[in-house]
Amino acid sequence: MTTTTRPTPPATPPAPTNSPTAYRPSAGKRAQVWLANHFAMISAILVLLYLFLPVAYTFAFSFNDHGKTNIVWQGFTWEHWQDPCGVQGVCESLVTSLEVGVISTVVATVLGTLMALAMVRYRFRGKAASNVLIFVPMATPEIVMGAALLTIFVQGFANIGINLGFGTIVFSHIMFCVSFVVVTVRARIQSLDPRIEEAAQDLYASPMQTFWKVTFPLILPGIAGAAMLAFSLSFDDFIITNFVSGNESTFPKFVYVASRRGIPAEANVIGFSMFVIAVLLVVGAQGVSSLRASKYKS
Amino acid sequence: MSALAQVAGDPDLEPAPAAPEAKQRSWTAYLLMLPGVLWLGVFFLLPLVQLASVSLQSRYPGFPGYYYRDLNFSNYASALTDYAPHFARSFLYAGLATFLAFAVAYPLAYAMAFKAGRWRNLMMICVIAPFFTSFILRTFAWSQILADEGWVASVLNFLHVLPNGHIINTPIAVVAGLTYNFLPFMVLPIYASLERADPRVIEAGGDLYANGFTTFRTVTLPISMPGVLAGTLLTFIPAAGDFVNMELLGPQRGKMIGNVINDQFLAVPGGYPVAAALSFTLMAAILVLVFLYVRRFGTEELV
Repeated sequence: MTTTTRPTPPATPPAPTNSPTAYRPSAGKRAQVWLANHFAMISAILVLLYLFLPVAYTFAFSFNDHGKTNIVWQGFTWEHWQDPCGVQGVCESLVTSLEVGVISTVVATVLGTLMALAMVRYRFRGKAASNVLIFVPMATPEIVMGAALLTIFVQGFANIGINLGFGTIVFSHIMFCVSFVVVTVRARIQSLDPRIEEAAQDLYASPMQTFWKVTFPLILPGIAGAAMLAFSLSFDDFIITNFVSGNESTFPKFVYVASRRGIPAEANVIGFSMFVIAVLLVVGAQGVSSLRASKYKS
Repeated sequence: MSALAQVAGDPDLEPAPAAPEAKQRSWTAYLLMLPGVLWLGVFFLLPLVQLASVSLQSRYPGFPGYYYRDLNFSNYASALTDYAPHFARSFLYAGLATFLAFAVAYPLAYAMAFKAGRWRNLMMICVIAPFFTSFILRTFAWSQILADEGWVASVLNFLHVLPNGHIINTPIAVVAGLTYNFLPFMVLPIYASLERADPRVIEAGGDLYANGFTTFRTVTLPISMPGVLAGTLLTFIPAAGDFVNMELLGPQRGKMIGNVINDQFLAVPGGYPVAAALSFTLMAAILVLVFLYVRRFGTEELV
């Protein structure tokens, strides 16, 4: 590639034809070696940039001084950040999403943790069937679950006075979060050494004491991770919510409906803020756990 | 989300240490299972049964939105004949997106497992973090990035590689969106299975004079197969049922099956029975595909 004008002798591969220091690898060769060594890392960084590209767009367009539609760049403004609730419906839908997320997370985390405990610590009839029941919701396309829920809510639950709205959203979100909680917490319990609990029982701790003083603190990180996963699944769900929400609007639904005419920049402000808050929480949690780990080591 | 890998790839779902008092106290287990199982029964199984019964209902002529119980299999006939192209498109686009996601995800998962060192946790956070911006906002951002006046379309048009000068509102944009949206579901299981591997095994391939590609093909890839399998399923299943990418990035005509189901339920009066039949067909088709796929590529751990 360095010699385009004169023909290179074919016998010498990418040899240093124009380099004065013929015995050292040329700059091109060294670059090649460096690239080969770092190929995986370079492509990984490119993929991460690709993952973040739309997030960067969301951030940038939160400053767009747009008219009716926020599609092309029209100029810089702080306006949307000063009043994120300035557009009708956006903050109401955000509050709904947060409420749904918190309730679904709490219920799903409790139900899922109880199931995970039973699955790891006990043998019982119907365990294999329960395993399937927990796995299948995760392997079912959301659109099928949404459709199924819609039919039961409209043709069944409506007869007993439960109409589409906040309640049906929460019921559905708990359902699809539970399985994810079970597998996350179960993995954590499985990684525990059962001898720790046996030791507690040998020391005459009652089963209740063993659970609350030994088991629970040890699986708490797993439960916290599961709760965070459940919240993010619930908060970002659109497909199922769209089926079961009736006239209620969640944040993703608001954004989807608005996307037909251009999403207002206020939604970008809220979307990007949620991203920042979540990243800070995750980084904080990582920091705390690594601090603790170093404390135990010393 | 690495937990997803646990579902499919964990070899020791049934670990040896069981509680000593397990036999006498199994009523505790039932008590612990009861609320969750009830919830899944009422809000997962029961709705599926209802969906099955709706898929066989007939509508009252002249009263859109009213149905009576029936065994109307013509709903399925109509689902299979009228909407066969939509099914084909869904599986084609989802398959392409799954393959592309695999190609993009593998280097990232590999770098995280073997090259990242102390940056591993940071990279992990970076893979998950984009999730926290609503996926509809991110998909909408793609519609801006791929727009005709955007830089991607400009560059590609300058190189004359676009057949008709557009990306947005074409199937290319839909596949690109699907690839992007489900990428983390591919990265995390592959990473989880590579992380468990012993890097020395891979080095041994190099020591035995295998070149980079041979080592990858004969050592690294087989080691990560459980993760690849879980990742392809976790990408393909939601991608095949998705309608948001098609709605925001795709053409006006030539929709996917997800769009049809969504519209039949929420926009077409009297569309319930056919839409339910379509949903059931989609679920069955996916189950069959998954079964065949796992039989062909599955490891013992998965089946």
